[in-house]
Amino acid sequence: MIPAVPIAGYLVLAALLFSIGVGAFLIKRNIISIFMSIELMLNAVNLTFVAFAHMWNRVQGQIFVFFVMVVAAAEAAVGLAIIIAIFRARKTLNVDQINLMKL
Amino acid sequence: MQLALFLIFGVLAVAGAINLLLQRHPINSALSLVVVMMSLAVLYFSLGAEFLAAAQVIVYSGAIMVLFVFVIMLLNAGEEERTTGSKAAYIAGFPGAAAIFCLLSFVFLSERGNLGFAHLGGHLNAAVSNISEISTVLFRDLLLPFEVTSILILVAILGAVVLARKEQ
Repeated sequence: MIPAVPIAGYLVLAALLFSIGVGAFLIKRNIISIFMSIELMLNAVNLTFVAFAHMWNRVQGQIFVFFVMVVAAAEAAVGLAIIIAIFRARKTLNVDQINLMKL
Repeated sequence: MQLALFLIFGVLAVAGAINLLLQRHPINSALSLVVVMMSLAVLYFSLGAEFLAAAQVIVYSGAIMVLFVFVIMLLNAGEEERTTGSKAAYIAGFPGAAAIFCLLSFVFLSERGNLGFAHLGGHLNAAVSNISEISTVLFRDLLLPFEVTSILILVAILGAVVLARKEQ
């Protein structure tokens, strides 16, 4: 008999991915890498939603993940456009040098 | 089967995430993020969310990460240098992230008995597929949020075009 995987295992995996995302968000200095760690955190939360949807045998949690994906896609498009605009104005991607809204 | 999938792709996802954290060059981080997303797609599949597994591969690893890689190459982003700001983040950030992880794992593991176990493929049988169940709920009960999403996408398209346009 192969031991079954507890739902808590998936949740702990999601927590680990989320914490790594928080750490990467804090120590990365490149604005694109910071944006990617936000995507990692969104993915970790999505795994939590899918695990709970599996546990309750409902699809509402999976639909929530679908909406999160849509919002993440919109966020990535707008965010990367903002990054391109910042790079045109500042000629840098380092967040330490991007600390003023005014040029 | 479930355990093997969970162990292999869970370890792969964590390894990709740690590689994202350690790599200096953004393009290496982007490719390790693709590894994380593909592993999560397999985990969704093993949890009975076939539609989300496909959407994860198509939308996340396909569309969003290609957009990221395009922008990294377009802006010619080189290796990042560590500065004093990131030293403060090393001191305060890693203990904070570890504290978040410990708190969440403590809650999940103490409630382990109530959460139950995962079964490969979920509760679905051959008669009802995951996609038909999702579409029933999405297009009947949640039709208004779904339509509002299309407006959000439209606004995002317009915003991206306006923001990335060269100023005359």
